[in-house]
Amino acid sequence: MYKSILLAGVLAGFGGLAIAEQVTVDPSSKPSAHAVILGQLSITDGFARATLPNQPVGGGFFTVTNNGDADDRLVSVSTAVSSGGEIHEMSMTDSVMKMRKLEDGLAIPAGETVVLKPGGFHLMFTGLTQPLVKGEVLPVTLTFEAAGEVTVPLAIKAPNARGSGGHSTHDGH
Amino acid sequence: MTFQRKHYAILGLWVVALIALGLFVWARFAQPGYQNAMADVIGPGDYELVTTSGESFTQDSLKGRPSAVFFGFTHCPDVCPTSLGDIATWQEELGADNQIRVFFITVDPERDTVENLKDYVGWVPDAVGVSGSPEEVEKAVKAFKIYARKVPQDDGYTMDHSSNVLLFDANGRFFEPVGYQESFDRAVAKIRRMQRG
Repeated sequence: MYKSILLAGVLAGFGGLAIAEQVTVDPSSKPSAHAVILGQLSITDGFARATLPNQPVGGGFFTVTNNGDADDRLVSVSTAVSSGGEIHEMSMTDSVMKMRKLEDGLAIPAGETVVLKPGGFHLMFTGLTQPLVKGEVLPVTLTFEAAGEVTVPLAIKAPNARGSGGHSTHDGH
Repeated sequence: MTFQRKHYAILGLWVVALIALGLFVWARFAQPGYQNAMADVIGPGDYELVTTSGESFTQDSLKGRPSAVFFGFTHCPDVCPTSLGDIATWQEELGADNQIRVFFITVDPERDTVENLKDYVGWVPDAVGVSGSPEEVEKAVKAFKIYARKVPQDDGYTMDHSSNVLLFDANGRFFEPVGYQESFDRAVAKIRRMQRG
């Protein structure tokens, strides 16, 4: 009984954290931030993960802050090395991974920061025509409903990189 | 207090003590027995799959050396590459003489043939990919108590699947799972504990 209350509390705490992470900027990610500015949007910390041999899809991540007073929305994504680009939401429920394509794109509310990161929102590049190689840069074209189009360089990191700054393959611990 | 009351009080204390002893014995011996029963349930089945090194993969394949089993698919941009990357770093840490075997079993046999999986997992030390007919993969999914479900999307489909890495000891018995993004240190400690037996 107490255990389940405790568990519920811990889960609620995690839920709160997950929500908080979407609207706050992790100060530790600042140093690598060379912001790409598009209208009221500021995009930082872009990275992709190197693909494994024969991996037909790739993942991309970045942080976007909407400094304006109007909501915006990421509606499409493309690269020169993939036939398609999708915006995904990933969730983990009872250790089961679920991934869904966001058909209506990803909302970037006024005054907020949205983080695309492993385990959460991400870009998925489908039909890759060449592998994504660690150390190289992948230019990705993002289209926002209001702000328009911009090309953002994504630094290609290790296949299990947790963030744009990490160079170690196990920087999670 | 009459003699009789005192007698009952002592008897009551004895009952409490015996219950406590019983609970202790149950917790110490019976509960691990229950866990052992679970260990025997995860893994065994009549699936027959094929590995990227050309061997068949059955319930007996887990015997002989400790192994890690992970279910995933190649059309997966996040969890599967992360997990394989993590497993590769465990192997580096364990060192060439103490590495465990790694079986990457696809939950998407329609797209992941043994041929496709060869290079996908080939860079991970001591790892093989495992695929087979959809029916046999389905049997393995059930045998390992894995959740896997095909989810249609407008331009194809994706897969929901369990993200735990399952550890099996040298006797082919389920040891413990390693959760997705469980810390590197904890994962390696778990494997070493399994190797010590």
